[in-house]
Amino acid sequence: MEDVREVLAIKNLSKHYGGTLAVDDISFSVAQNEIVGLLGPNGAGKTTTISMILAVLEPTCGEIGITGIDLARGRKAALKKANFSAVYAPLPGNLTVWQNLRVFGLIYGVPDLTQRIQEVVEEFDLESFRNTKCGLLSSGEQTRVSLAKAMLNKPELLLLDEPTASLDPATARDVRTQIRRVASGGRMGVLWTSHNMYEVEEVCDRVLFLSHGKILLEGDPRLLPAQHGKESLEELFVAVAREPLGLRVA
Amino acid sequence: MSFASTAAIVLRQFYLMRGSSARIVPLFAWVAIDIVLWGFMTRYLNSISSTRVNFVPSLLGAVLLWDFFGRVMFGVTMAFLEDVWSRNFLNMFASPVTIGDYVAGLVLSSMMTTCVGLLAMILIAGAVFGLSLFSYGIALLPFLLVLFLFGIAMGIVATAIVLRCGPAAEWFIWPLPAIISPFVSVFYPLSTLPHWMQWVARLLPPSYIFESLRAIVQGRDPWWAGLALSGLLAMGYILLAGFTFSEVFRFALRRGLIARYGAESVS
Repeated sequence: MEDVREVLAIKNLSKHYGGTLAVDDISFSVAQNEIVGLLGPNGAGKTTTISMILAVLEPTCGEIGITGIDLARGRKAALKKANFSAVYAPLPGNLTVWQNLRVFGLIYGVPDLTQRIQEVVEEFDLESFRNTKCGLLSSGEQTRVSLAKAMLNKPELLLLDEPTASLDPATARDVRTQIRRVASGGRMGVLWTSHNMYEVEEVCDRVLFLSHGKILLEGDPRLLPAQHGKESLEELFVAVAREPLGLRVA
Repeated sequence: MSFASTAAIVLRQFYLMRGSSARIVPLFAWVAIDIVLWGFMTRYLNSISSTRVNFVPSLLGAVLLWDFFGRVMFGVTMAFLEDVWSRNFLNMFASPVTIGDYVAGLVLSSMMTTCVGLLAMILIAGAVFGLSLFSYGIALLPFLLVLFLFGIAMGIVATAIVLRCGPAAEWFIWPLPAIISPFVSVFYPLSTLPHWMQWVARLLPPSYIFESLRAIVQGRDPWWAGLALSGLLAMGYILLAGFTFSEVFRFALRRGLIARYGAESVS
């Protein structure tokens, strides 16, 4: 149904909770080798959108295509090509790093699993923690384990919900560099949410501003502020959060 | 169905067992205590009974079989609760795992843990109190099979309850075997029950197992027709349980319960 170069295609997606409209008829896409930032204030509908893409929340209406596979009809095939890391979804703390990666590697059907685990363990600098239970790791280390799991199946669509929220600046920079490198070198597209506008400017090729469940703005994070008469992306973010209807188009 | 996904659920459970004595000991400790307690009770009853009835195969055998049912049910539930306790729902259900893979993994995990408990019960009951399950003859096979199927069905229903009502609802499921046991006449003939309870009992597969067990102990043939019916009923309960879990899961997807699963977020 979608162009195969689009790893994610969202069409007219909505989610109602009773009388509350959490996501309101949004459409967007993520292409291969592209990092798209999904921005917006708390309650804007970012996590609801990501939950629907991850098939843990049923849309009220609309279509979600992952690498051309309709999620509603081919959930398993679609999710095999995706993965995610979210600050609110750490891996089970009662299993070691290696055990968690083995369990999720099996679930995602990763070929040559032992070798692949070794690769992601090295990639995310987890060698010294491989036999440590995840619950004993610092929040930053847990984030790296979660990212290692997210990269395990070499996903074509990677969803990152505030992936660097609990990392120190140096580690966050390393993680950004790693993801940027992987995204630009392969077939992967990334949908990235963050409240760190510096990070968004550094990493994202394109951003979508979400407010009250609708996409208000879309464009290059380095050009958008000027186009709307703002000094910086952070200023634009604040404007979207506080006065979404008062934005000026330059 | 994906064998690898199902194997992953079992492997997860194996890792948890291997790394925690707190998970291994309860597999056999509680059933062992039950067998010891009821073993001495049957010895005492044998010593004071004026008849020549041997209470070991009727009472202790019934305890062993009922504990087997409980182990199967809780085996399924515990494997599911591991995902609840470790807040792993999002990682698990945002993956390519299907409901079929997941439930199959819970069932296989239960088989793994039940075997440990059953072995412990058989060893203690045999070595200390002289109970041989083989004294029930070929009927032992349908006894174990029906109780296993019904245990799986109840385990799946219990997981659906926790999924629908939230982690705090785990307290609803621990007493389930105790609530069912008076109806299925574990220790007394079905005819002892009031009329309305007998009707309920006829809908529960274990009732036929324990009636047959008592028939064998009294030197009669097992109630073959009843056993066949209990097998059909157990299969029906499995289908009903699978349907219930599937419907609850779909409800959870619609309402966003999986995405924001927590003790206070589900109602």
